[in-house]
Amino acid sequence: MSERMLSLTLHVWRQPDARSTGKLVTYKLKDVSTHASFLEMLDILNEQLIEQAEEPVAFDHDCREGICGTCSLMINGRAHGGQKATTTCQLHMRLFNDGDEIWIEPWRASAFPVIKDLCVDRTAFDRVISAGGYISSNCGSAPDANDLLVPKASADLAMDAAACIGCGACVAACPNGSAMLFVAAKLAHLHHLPQGQPERLYRTQAMVTAMDAAGFGNCSNHYECEAACPKDISRDVIAMLNRDYAKSAFCYREPSTKGEGSG
Amino acid sequence: MTLHLDARVPSGPIEQKWSKAKFELRLVNPANKRKYKVIVVGSGLAGGAAAATLAELGYDVACFCFQDTPRRAHSIAAQGGINAAKNYQNDGDSIHRLFYDTVKGGDFRAREANVHRLAEVSVDIIDQCAAMGVPFAREYGGTLANRSFGGAQVSRTFYARGQTGQQLLLGVYSALTRQIGFGKVKMFSRSEMLDVVIENGRAVGIVTRDLITGAIESHAAHAVILATGGYSNVFYLSTNAKGCNVTATYRAYKRGAGFANPCFTQIHPTCIPVSGDFQSKLTLMSESLRNDGRVWVPKTTTDVTKHPDKISDEDRDYYLERKYPSFGNLSPRDIASRAAKEQCDDGRGIGPGGRGVYLDFRDAIKRNGEAQVREKYGNLFDMYERITGENPYRLPMRIYPAVHYTMGGLWVDYNLQTTIPGLFCLGEANFSDHGANRLGASALMQGLADGYFIVSYAIGHYLAGLSSSPGAKDLASPTGSAFTTVETEVKGRLDRLMSIPGKHSVDSFHKELGQILWEGCGMARSKQSLQDALKKIPEVRERFWRDATVLGGRDSFNQSLEKAGRVADYFEFAELMCKDALVREESCGGHFRTEHQVDGEAKRDDDKFCHAAVWEYAGDTSDAIRHVEPLVFENVKLATRSYK
Repeated sequence: MSERMLSLTLHVWRQPDARSTGKLVTYKLKDVSTHASFLEMLDILNEQLIEQAEEPVAFDHDCREGICGTCSLMINGRAHGGQKATTTCQLHMRLFNDGDEIWIEPWRASAFPVIKDLCVDRTAFDRVISAGGYISSNCGSAPDANDLLVPKASADLAMDAAACIGCGACVAACPNGSAMLFVAAKLAHLHHLPQGQPERLYRTQAMVTAMDAAGFGNCSNHYECEAACPKDISRDVIAMLNRDYAKSAFCYREPSTKGEGSG
Repeated sequence: MTLHLDARVPSGPIEQKWSKAKFELRLVNPANKRKYKVIVVGSGLAGGAAAATLAELGYDVACFCFQDTPRRAHSIAAQGGINAAKNYQNDGDSIHRLFYDTVKGGDFRAREANVHRLAEVSVDIIDQCAAMGVPFAREYGGTLANRSFGGAQVSRTFYARGQTGQQLLLGVYSALTRQIGFGKVKMFSRSEMLDVVIENGRAVGIVTRDLITGAIESHAAHAVILATGGYSNVFYLSTNAKGCNVTATYRAYKRGAGFANPCFTQIHPTCIPVSGDFQSKLTLMSESLRNDGRVWVPKTTTDVTKHPDKISDEDRDYYLERKYPSFGNLSPRDIASRAAKEQCDDGRGIGPGGRGVYLDFRDAIKRNGEAQVREKYGNLFDMYERITGENPYRLPMRIYPAVHYTMGGLWVDYNLQTTIPGLFCLGEANFSDHGANRLGASALMQGLADGYFIVSYAIGHYLAGLSSSPGAKDLASPTGSAFTTVETEVKGRLDRLMSIPGKHSVDSFHKELGQILWEGCGMARSKQSLQDALKKIPEVRERFWRDATVLGGRDSFNQSLEKAGRVADYFEFAELMCKDALVREESCGGHFRTEHQVDGEAKRDDDKFCHAAVWEYAGDTSDAIRHVEPLVFENVKLATRSYK
């Protein structure tokens, strides 16, 4: 594809730290190649700012190949910029036109407080996973891997859900700031597999409780999460969560010893 | 001070060494384990697995990572798979064959005993990961599926679509967060280790910077484990994540840990070519693509600008199939990379600047249909299209080699302990298992082997030997002089970075360094190119310390400062790399010295260089002292590698 050069007007959210109030600051940028990624465009902006002795814009990023889940950004009001199944780091400037104005903001959710500029704190996700997003199987205790047969269809469904990168786009896109897609994806990954069955009801209860405690909102079926998900995770996982949650409300009993299985 | 390089390999036949070690290594009583504190730096496959496993055993663990959550460690980016000698395919695999392939693939520059142990525990890794819910690919009958990878003639690679590293890391992360939830692991995210603390010759803790507040903190422990990955980013452009760095291992080196084979770097043959000078990283296309993709360039230089569809089969040079008929497109990485470079140097490269070759799926699509190709590689094809804007189902992919992995790292003995007692090193950060070239799908295997199945024995042995009464009395005081001295040095270094008086970005100097290294110490090296690099590096380094600028504050969130610290270490480390490459007057694996070749193939010099080179810090980088650990091959006969 042939290369074009773009001139852009950027409106970027600047906020010195969690306690200060932030604001949108406007920058002009010239000669951005259409082969550059969106984050490379921000690199170019930062180079320009540094040369002018202005502090560069802070933004989270790491692998820049769409798998680590570090990058974020609301771009023109859309999480990850709105290209289907694409993270911000994989978004390329060929989708933009010369003269475009672009609004760049951090994830907006009360469970994800801003750290600086475009960086937010997503440790609430870790707290939800540590409440039950695992199979209790201490190292060394596993049977031969082929002793447990997993139907291909189940493995594929588990993998579809396991593709979640924990970026938080689902929360940022949701009008309620709900983490249902994230939590349900983890549950669906484990519950499509036979290994996940023994702890199924406990896990559902524990993770939903942790999700509420972390300050995420409720799901009211807007499905903005599914539209924003860079890994194309289906809202079907939410239905699975709801079914299990209802079941666990009736059937789940606390184990007799707290911390059972911790070794 | 001189390095003590005792590899502590158990005696006896190679098949029995690990069993013997497991019996001979001392144990810590279950009730005493909680009295010992262990620090793990890094939360990837090696570090995360080590932290989780040690906590399961009962140790008091603290784990550190610079990312915002442990789930983002760079292990996540591995695509293709993980090797294990399960022989589920009944195609002739065995522990001995995986051992043999790895030693040979590493061009006889790895330690036999470590590699054999790796092959032994590989089978347990798959069991453990499956039990933890890693959604490996399955056959219709429900058994695990396998695929082939470079450097092997058996099908032993387990995979989860093109996201195997992600799925294995999420397994590790779930085990780790489970222990965090139980209060057995204290997790420090967005926290970067800036130095290791030594007291009475033992590692007793680390000094870190809280990346949100900028606070410098001391953490004491009975043992410290570094699992901080590789240093490919010294080249600026590599397939590594932007945050990957050498700081932890380089700081340990400066405190007395030997650094082995820094010049052993791996160039991966199938990456998306560079598209402009704004380029911030290179993206790898999994080696598994070479199972079905055929690599070619036009036979004549006049065809390079033609549309690939207009070039008929007889005008295409499938050079890997031509040069290496038995391994063909699945030749090992170093060989496939150099072959691509040769074609491009010959003027037959395609795409921008003539730095690219085709990876073509036309025949696979014709044979198996687009649907099957999509099922196997769909996510990789989508990624390629997003980055390049070209559809690989219609047009062949354009690929070119890029820096990808570093085999060199901190020297460790059989128990994964560095030359500093109490300081252990796992995964890509150590040097031990891959010699001069790593085979595909072996990095995940090593990370998990070290973290899940090996380091727990080594740590127990070390801690049990500390004293007769376990616990607090061996724990150094984080307010003692050993820590305060290091803290003062760390703060001094940060202040120095903050006060560089120039006006140019840190990245601009990093790019310059990368260019020098790529030319001088990249895919092909010569005495001349290395001497040139060794002359240029100090010049650019000096300019960095004069003309760069780090804006923002020391005591707050500051990504420029993080970057500057890492790049400052790269500037010193780059010199060590070139020096190591200059002394190693032979070609082996990824280290290709143009003076040492036969018909374009690497020519080893086993008489002079059948050893690991271990560098000891002695003041300035230029004064580093080279030691050797001789490598003895008793089970795989030293031979010239042949993939023909």
